[in-house]
Amino acid sequence: MADLAHSSVHGAHGATAVREYHLAHEPHPENGTALGFWLYLMSDCLIFAALFATWGVLGRSFAGGAGGAELFDLKLVALNTAFLLLSSITFGFAMLRKQVNDKSGTLIWLAVTGLFGLAFLAVELYEFRHLIHEGAGPQSSAAMSAFFALVGTHGLHVTFGSIWLVVLMVQIAKHGLIHENKRRLMCLSMFWHFLDVVWIGVFTFVYLMGVL
Amino acid sequence: MASDTHAHHDGHHDDHHGDVGPHSSMREYVIGFVLSVILTAIPFWLVMANVIQDRTTAILVLGGFAIVQVLVHMVYFLHMNGKVEGGWTMLSTMFTVVFVAIAIAGTLWVMFHMNANMMPSHGEHQQQPAAAHQHHTQ
Repeated sequence: MADLAHSSVHGAHGATAVREYHLAHEPHPENGTALGFWLYLMSDCLIFAALFATWGVLGRSFAGGAGGAELFDLKLVALNTAFLLLSSITFGFAMLRKQVNDKSGTLIWLAVTGLFGLAFLAVELYEFRHLIHEGAGPQSSAAMSAFFALVGTHGLHVTFGSIWLVVLMVQIAKHGLIHENKRRLMCLSMFWHFLDVVWIGVFTFVYLMGVL
Repeated sequence: MASDTHAHHDGHHDDHHGDVGPHSSMREYVIGFVLSVILTAIPFWLVMANVIQDRTTAILVLGGFAIVQVLVHMVYFLHMNGKVEGGWTMLSTMFTVVFVAIAIAGTLWVMFHMNANMMPSHGEHQQQPAAAHQHHTQ
């Protein structure tokens, strides 16, 4: 009986000894900015979902004019796709240089990324100009309205991404790879790769399926 | 034990201040790039060389390639997995995927069944049986 009482007291004492009031890992987010920026990208996804749905409904209504097979030049689209894919991996190289705190390496790869981005925009503007010249401007048919809205919105994202890239390069050149600039680089890299993901949808659903 | 967790905690914090965002490797980017090139080249070749004659099959195949390539980009370029941000990134992505699927599939479903689901207007009501009959005989 006494033995039993003793062991229970001992047990209670043991329980208080191992009780912890401070968690080794507090449940704070590792990186609040990354999650917040991701949520912005997901909301951007919804804009593109609406534009893709619009293209899905109107994409065959060319108002009796030339259809996708006559209008779209797949070689040009393949070139554009290559530019964007290459810009994605060069941004990856910039991120790898950032990880080892190589400022000039980061800037060089960011510059290469920017050039690919500008090449993409140049080809896209050439295509738009060509389409409008052929009489297939945004006002020519429901399909072309949907086309310019979707592809144009993606192009605007690339344009603003490129502006952001130049601004960030100036900031890195001026202040170096400080914590704030690394955070900005992380956000821009997410934005840039996200645009490449949207482009997969564009070249598949607009161009490739459009010429079928 | 206690000092061990403390040391780990400190290590975590140093890492946290030294660099931001997920750690990536050259291997990841190269794998992602090579897979993306393959997954882009095949659909372009399929369409440009007119490999698949049946339109429905072609659309399904192209859609399949697009979905796989999006997954490749998510994993190798955007470094997605179920653990970053305690799973919240994955959760918000899954929500978005469901939302986008409903928005696009729902829109196409509704818009391409518009004619069948419309109530006949009064003007056309008189001609409706005749039209239906004509349709049957064809």
